[in-house]
Amino acid sequence: MNKKRLRIILLAGGTVLIILGSALDEAASVYAKAARICLECIGIG
Amino acid sequence: MNRKLVQYISALLSNANLNGFLSGRIYQGASKHVCVPGLNCYSCPAAIGACPLGSLQTILASSQYTISYYVTGTLLLFGVFMGRFICGWLCPFGLIQELLNKLPSLTLIIPRWAGYIKYLILIIFVLLLPVFFVNSLGMGDPSFCKYICPAGTLEGGIPLLASHQDLRDAAGSLFLIKLLILIMVVIFSVISFRPFCKIICPLGAIYGLFNPISMYRFQVDPVKCIGCGTCAQNCKMGVAMYKEPDSWECIRCGDCRTGCPAGAITTTFQIGNEPIKNTN
Repeated sequence: MNKKRLRIILLAGGTVLIILGSALDEAASVYAKAARICLECIGIG
Repeated sequence: MNRKLVQYISALLSNANLNGFLSGRIYQGASKHVCVPGLNCYSCPAAIGACPLGSLQTILASSQYTISYYVTGTLLLFGVFMGRFICGWLCPFGLIQELLNKLPSLTLIIPRWAGYIKYLILIIFVLLLPVFFVNSLGMGDPSFCKYICPAGTLEGGIPLLASHQDLRDAAGSLFLIKLLILIMVVIFSVISFRPFCKIICPLGAIYGLFNPISMYRFQVDPVKCIGCGTCAQNCKMGVAMYKEPDSWECIRCGDCRTGCPAGAITTTFQIGNEPIKNTN
């Protein structure tokens, strides 16, 4: 497969995955973690 | 373009809520739905976006999901557009290591094989442990964040513990271990160029895989190249650009380009075979 075709497939695939993930509320899960203190991240556990 | 300036601007844009350092509060705006390209802890009081690596683990560790479509798609787009250009130009933790490396010191050369360790860390701590090391409710931990990430300790842990007595009281042996890892990274950053990026960073490992196919790439003109090896001598990441322009380790900093006596190294941003933009 040439690189141009691969890039187009990956870009399209990435866009589809973002839309699919958003439809499954993954962005909300990311927000829920990011908008509160992540105890694991800061080393509390 | 001045890389250092871009690094400062990127670090500031990723951490625009500077007031958070004073208040000790995490930013809760809508922009935290979106991942920033570089490694930047979302528990940093100044962070206005989500860390892609932390987000990936959070979704994988959740009992609700088996794969993270949203974060995987985001990483795909970042990787295909830029590859490890993100590491060299946009990552705040990369900037911190470079500033530490400005301090006068001995120089430690990190062997090339050590670069493969970050792929092991990616597989074990980011992909496997959050999915398979779960509690009775089926929930795992963001294991890289929890056990290793020095960016989280520096950007989130230290500022938050400094401003919250309850967090200081809760800090135990795990925090001490992470603090020790951070101290090691700081020490090694002084004596070696970007040791965390070279050996540990799973995000750099992911973006490195995209270097051969990313739209932003370096090209070496075989007609102009005289094979003198100056690019390899100038590269702080240990890449011989004239032999391997698509190396997984190249962070696209451009030191090879500016030092090339033949002007043989150019940058391109292309989706097809023909360059659509040449910045050289």
